[in-house]
Amino acid sequence: MKEKQTCLQSASAQTATKRKNPLAQLIDRLYVLFDDKKVRYGVLAVAVVVLIYLPMKSSMYITEVMTTFWFHVVVCLGLNIIVGFAGLLSLGYAAFFAVGAYTTGIMILHYGISFWLTLPVSVLMAIIAGLAIGGPTLKLRSDYLAIVTLGFGEIIRLAARNLEITGRATGLVGIDRPTFFGIAMVRINHFYYAFLVLAIMAIFISYRLQDSRLGRAWKCIREDEDAAEAMGINVVAVRLLAFIIGSVFGALAGSFMAIKMTAISPESFLFTQSVMILLAVVLGGMGKIPGVILGAFAVVIFPEVFRGIGQYRMLIFGVVLLVLMIYRPQGLWPERHT
Amino acid sequence: MVILEIKDLTLRFGGLTAVNKVSFGIEEGSIESLIGPNGAGKTSLFNCLTGFYRAQEGDILFEGKSVMKMKPHKITTLGMARTFQNLRLFKNLTVMENVMSGMHCRASAGVAGAILRPPTQRAEEKRIRDVALECMDFVGILDKKHRLAKNLPYGDQRRVEWARALATQPKLLLLDEPAAGLNYDEKMQLVELIRRIRDERKITVFLIEHDMGLVMKVSEKIFVIDYGTKIAEGTAQEVQNNPRVIEAYLGKEEETAV
Ligand SMILES: Nc1ncnc2c1ncn2[C@@H]1O[C@H](COP(=O)(O)OP(=O)(O)OP(=O)(O)O)[C@@H](O)[C@H]1O
Ligand SMILES: [Mg+2]
Repeated sequence: MKEKQTCLQSASAQTATKRKNPLAQLIDRLYVLFDDKKVRYGVLAVAVVVLIYLPMKSSMYITEVMTTFWFHVVVCLGLNIIVGFAGLLSLGYAAFFAVGAYTTGIMILHYGISFWLTLPVSVLMAIIAGLAIGGPTLKLRSDYLAIVTLGFGEIIRLAARNLEITGRATGLVGIDRPTFFGIAMVRINHFYYAFLVLAIMAIFISYRLQDSRLGRAWKCIREDEDAAEAMGINVVAVRLLAFIIGSVFGALAGSFMAIKMTAISPESFLFTQSVMILLAVVLGGMGKIPGVILGAFAVVIFPEVFRGIGQYRMLIFGVVLLVLMIYRPQGLWPERHT
Repeated sequence: MVILEIKDLTLRFGGLTAVNKVSFGIEEGSIESLIGPNGAGKTSLFNCLTGFYRAQEGDILFEGKSVMKMKPHKITTLGMARTFQNLRLFKNLTVMENVMSGMHCRASAGVAGAILRPPTQRAEEKRIRDVALECMDFVGILDKKHRLAKNLPYGDQRRVEWARALATQPKLLLLDEPAAGLNYDEKMQLVELIRRIRDERKITVFLIEHDMGLVMKVSEKIFVIDYGTKIAEGTAQEVQNNPRVIEAYLGKEEETAV
């Protein structure tokens, strides 16, 4: 406790000596404020209550957009483990929701298996795919992963387009929605809550991982690969683990996507989707969990807000991104200055 | 007993032979040094020992076990830690985080441990912290544990590297030019520290150093290499009077004088 106080004092002392940027000062104040567990949990509790009430009070449109947002929180945090935590570049992340979505879709549609039982299989498939791609590639220089994942994204899509079991170009149609303790999951609110729970789990797991032996190892590797090896960190294994965990996040999100949409096709998993998620992660601030959530929000909200201007909205989005990356390469989320 | 044995080690970079049929052994519990003119191949030899370079010929036995084909992290786990000639700290991490990284190979918590935080994982985290704190205290940077590594003065950054290497709980510590860039006082503290590492922690120390005063003061045995070849070994006295060593160093000085 005493240690914490001196830490706080030195933090405020340092901001006082800088006294340059009032905004930076304010941000540091907020960080210090949030260091207090009571404040943090208080704000969180309020946020959760508001989010639980939201679909009951708001229009279906807002609920739908928010559901998409939660989905993006899950996949962006998943990709963040790969890109932000482990410092790897993955360009075919959508392939992992395809793995999850098709696993679930095929099992429900062709074999009549309960949705909830497809989830462990989906996780297993993600682990196998992650191992198959990451295993050989990560032994080489980590840059190769970008190219291989790009290829994998296309291979999965093309395979889905051409295989009988995935329904070729039409995809899978009429995937049955599950029941949850007797409640049939049919209304948008049900999916809102399902994705909210997934997002909260993703946030929780991300924080736990970040603040663990593994999380520290990822940070070290990002800083200096050789020094990390010299400290006894198995760089290849630890990176592979990040890649697999990220893949599992993607596959689980994909499984839930399959039952929400009830229909999936190869065109649901385009390269542009992978890029959008990567953008959200980079835009918000790689490796910073609140930043990534903000990035996910931006990527979901922007097209909605500018729906009125039709096709041009993506152009504007591109320009905004470009400007942001030039002036704020570290992402939207502010750094702590102390 | 010999803790590290090097047999006819040869490392080539294309046409350049950086290490040429070098053989020697390091006694357990001793403080020994490797010296030689610039570019003699000292760092290359260290890199072979720690798995960063693959020597083409010869063998390296650590506690009787060959580490020739092992990856660096494996060698560290076996108990051979190193520091780098050019500081290789995790610059944007705190001193504490830097030193905690050394304990990675002495802990085992994985994904499930991280997410669920069972009592075993909590106990392990505490142990990691305790070891890190003790190592920082040992080298004298405990008061700077919350600072970012990059914001420390050079001398303190060196200390972070030593603490980090000590946190891997090694049996043999390889220091590549630990005194480089240190002032006189810091060098005296380093001599003291090297002795304490051996005496209090029972760690064998093997160092590369250009500061002859420091080398002569601290080492029980010295190996000299020039152009990748071992040209002498012995006590400080013996090495200083060896004509080949004098030639290697004086020859170098003449070159620079021209
Ligand atoms: N990765 C590498 N590729 C090619 N040549 C290398 C490599 N590393 C070292 N060398 C060469 O090997 C020789 C020995 O270098 P090394 O760094 O081992 O010398 P050193 O004894 O540590 O020198 P110093 O005292 O300056 O640190 C030098 O000629 C160097 O240029
Ligand atoms: Mg060197």
